[in-house]
Amino acid sequence: MNVGEDVPLLEAVDVTKHYRVRVGRMGRSIVHAAENISVALYPGTVTAVVGESGSGKSTLSRMLARTQKLTSGKLYYKGEEVSLTKRVPAEYRQSVQLVLQDPFESLNPVHTVRYILSRPLIIHGLAGGNVEEAVLNLLRRVALEPAEQFIGKYPHELSGGQRQRVSIARGLAVRPKVLLADEPVSMLDVSIRLGVLNLLADLRDRERLAILYVTHDIASARYLADTIMVMYAGKVVEVGPADSITNAPAHPYTKLLLSAAPDPDADEKVWPGAAGSPPSLVQPPSGCRFHPRCPYAMPICSTDEPPAFRIGDLHTAACWLHEPAPLELSQPGHTASLTEGPPASGEST
Amino acid sequence: MTLANGRPPLSSSSQTSGRAAHHGADMLLEIRGLSVDYGLGDQPVHAVDDVSLTIRRGEVVGLAGESGSGKSTLAYAVTRLLRDPGVITAGEAYFYDWPKGSYRANDGDGLDESVRSANPTGAAQPRLVDLLTDDRDVVRAVRWSDIAVVFQSALHALNPVLRIGRLIDDVLKTHEKTMTRAQRRARAKELLEMVGISADRLNSYPHELSGGMRQRVMIAVAVALHPSLLIMDEPTTALDVVIQREILEGLMELREHLGFSVLFITHDLSLLIEIADTIAVMYAGRLVEKAPAKALFRAPRHPYTYGLTRSFPSLHGPKKVMAGIEGSPPDLRKVPSGCPFHPRCAWAMDICKTEDPPVLTLHDVSGSREVLCWLQDGRHEVPPELNQVPPTAGTAEALPSMRGRRP
Repeated sequence: MNVGEDVPLLEAVDVTKHYRVRVGRMGRSIVHAAENISVALYPGTVTAVVGESGSGKSTLSRMLARTQKLTSGKLYYKGEEVSLTKRVPAEYRQSVQLVLQDPFESLNPVHTVRYILSRPLIIHGLAGGNVEEAVLNLLRRVALEPAEQFIGKYPHELSGGQRQRVSIARGLAVRPKVLLADEPVSMLDVSIRLGVLNLLADLRDRERLAILYVTHDIASARYLADTIMVMYAGKVVEVGPADSITNAPAHPYTKLLLSAAPDPDADEKVWPGAAGSPPSLVQPPSGCRFHPRCPYAMPICSTDEPPAFRIGDLHTAACWLHEPAPLELSQPGHTASLTEGPPASGEST
Repeated sequence: MTLANGRPPLSSSSQTSGRAAHHGADMLLEIRGLSVDYGLGDQPVHAVDDVSLTIRRGEVVGLAGESGSGKSTLAYAVTRLLRDPGVITAGEAYFYDWPKGSYRANDGDGLDESVRSANPTGAAQPRLVDLLTDDRDVVRAVRWSDIAVVFQSALHALNPVLRIGRLIDDVLKTHEKTMTRAQRRARAKELLEMVGISADRLNSYPHELSGGMRQRVMIAVAVALHPSLLIMDEPTTALDVVIQREILEGLMELREHLGFSVLFITHDLSLLIEIADTIAVMYAGRLVEKAPAKALFRAPRHPYTYGLTRSFPSLHGPKKVMAGIEGSPPDLRKVPSGCPFHPRCAWAMDICKTEDPPVLTLHDVSGSREVLCWLQDGRHEVPPELNQVPPTAGTAEALPSMRGRRP
C-alpha cells in the first residue's frame, strides 16, 4: 500500500487511558492518565510531546505502541482504523517501534550487539540471507562505526550514547515507518545528547520516518520537532508548530514551562503566580485541569472544560482566554492579556 | 614552567607553603591538588586528579561535569564521606571556620567588593580545619553544623519511618544541646516555613510528601544549624523543571537571608549559568576550566567547555544544527594520555597527546580564570571560538539571574 505524505501514518483520535488502582484494602479508584488525546504522525516529521511527569506523555506513547490497551478512542494506521480488540497485526507491530528511555535497562546484558540486532531481523524474516551484513548496515545507519568493532560487543562495553544508538538500531531493524521515542536522551550525558537528537533528525529527513519524541525538555523539543504538543495532567493543552509554541505560547501552562526551563539566553522571565504542583489524577480538577494554578483563571475555568481554540495556522490551545469573543460584544484585552503580563486583579475574578 | 614530572606547578597564587595558604578575609574552603583514586593495586581509577578549587564566603560555585567526571567524588572527599575503595592520594583541603554570624551577605550581589571593604568582618578570625587529616571527630563536628550536604535523592536520604518533625528534632538535639524541646519544635516549624512548607507537615512521613517537598525538607534540615557552606549534589536532577525552578529560587532567597556559600554540583551547565558566581568544569577527574559564570558561558577558553555550551539547544534565536561533542567521555580505567580530552578535541595538537596541559591563569576584562589547555599557553594560535570577548566583570549586560527575584 502506498500512502501519500498528506495522510498520517499513524493517527490517534480521542484516545483515553484510565488505570484502575487499589486504594487501601477495599477501595478502588481510577487514575485518569490520559484523556481524549488526538495526534497525527506524518511521514518525515517529528512531533514532540512535552510535559512534566504524570502528564500522560509516556502513556500516550505506550498506547500508540499498543503495549497498553486503550480505554477508549480510535487508532488509524495509514488511514485505516485499527481493530483494538483483535491481536495486534504483524504489520502494525513491525511498522510502529518504541525506543525506551533507559538504554541501560532495555538491552539484555548477556547478549552481544550482534544477537540483539539479529533477533528482530530473523523473526520478521528481513535479513535477506546475510544476517551479519544486515546487522553491520544497521550499525552504520545509527553511526556506530567502524561497525565491525561494535558488532561483537556486549552492552556493558558501550557508553550510554552508544547503547541508546543500539536501542534505536534495534527499533530500525524491522524497517518501521513510525518511531516512538520516549525520553530517548534524558539518561545520557549532556555532551552526547545532541548526537542522538541529530540522529533522529537524520532518520526523519533521509528515511521519512514519522517520529513521536516524548520529552520533558521543551528546548530539545524546539530543536528537533516540527510540531509540539504540550500535555498537562492527562490533557493536551496546546498544539502547534514548534516555533509558534516557543515564541508565542498561548496557554498559561506552556508559558510556565517555558519560564521554568533553564535558559541562559533568556531575558528576565517572570511567572506572575505561585507555581504549585500538578493535581491528583484520581480526582482531577473540574473544568480546566490547570485552573487551580493559573493566575489568569476565570469563573468559567473551574466549571467548563475548555475546547481547543484556534490560535493560528495549525496552532490550537485549550484555554478559555482564547475563546473568540462574539462580534457585537467584543471584550478588548480579553485575549491580549497573555502577551502583556498578568491581568489586573479585577479582570480575573 | 617546569614540566619534568609532566605536571606544571600550580599557579603562583596558590604556591604557598604551610597550613593556611590564603588568609584572605573571605576564604571559606580551599582545596589544593586533591587526587582521589578508587581501588588500589595495579589499576586504580583516578576519579579526581590534582584539583584545586576555592570557595569564598557568600559565593555560589557551580561544579559542572558529566557522569564519571569526579565531581561528586570531590565533594565526598572534602567532607570525609568518601567510602572504600575511595582513597585520597594527594592534596589538601582546608575549611575556614569563621565565627557564626560574622558574615552577612548584602541584599544584592553577595560578592560586591566595595561592600565587603566598607563592611569588614572586623577582628573575627577563622579557625582552620584540615578536612583531610584532622581527627574524625573534629571534621564530624564541622560537617552539618558548618558544612551541610544535600544529596540528589531525598527519598533515600530521609528515614522513611520517622516523621519530618522528629528528623529535624534529632539534628537540633545532637548539635544544639542547650535548646529545650519547645525551642526545638519552634525552630523546626520556622525552618519548614522558611522553605515554603506549612508547619503542620511536621507530623508527616517522608512518603506523604511530593518529591519537591522532600527536597525542600532536605534543604531545611541542611540549613538548620546555620552552615556557612552548603554542598548540593544534583539536588534537583530527579525533579520536574517547574519544581526545580521553585526550589532554586527558594534556595537563592535563603542564601540572601542566611549568607551561606553554595557548592552546586550538577551535569546541567545551563542551570549553573543562572545561579552561580563561578563555574568550575570537570572532565575525566580534572578541573579543565574555572571562570566567572558569565565569562565561562559567553567566552569559554577550553574546548570541552566550548562544546558543552553548544550542547544544549536554546529556546530563542534561529534554529541551527548543533553538534554537541563528538565521541564519548573516556573510560576512567583507560584515561587517554596527555590531555584526557584530546581524542574528542577538534583542535588537538601533537603535544596534547603526550604532555599533560598546564594550569594556566588567564586575566581579561571578566576577571581571572584558570584553564587546563595547551592552546592557551601563549605559544599557540588560539582558535577564534576559544578567544571570544568575555563580558566585562560586573557590567549591566549580565545574564539573567535569579538573584533578587521575588515571586
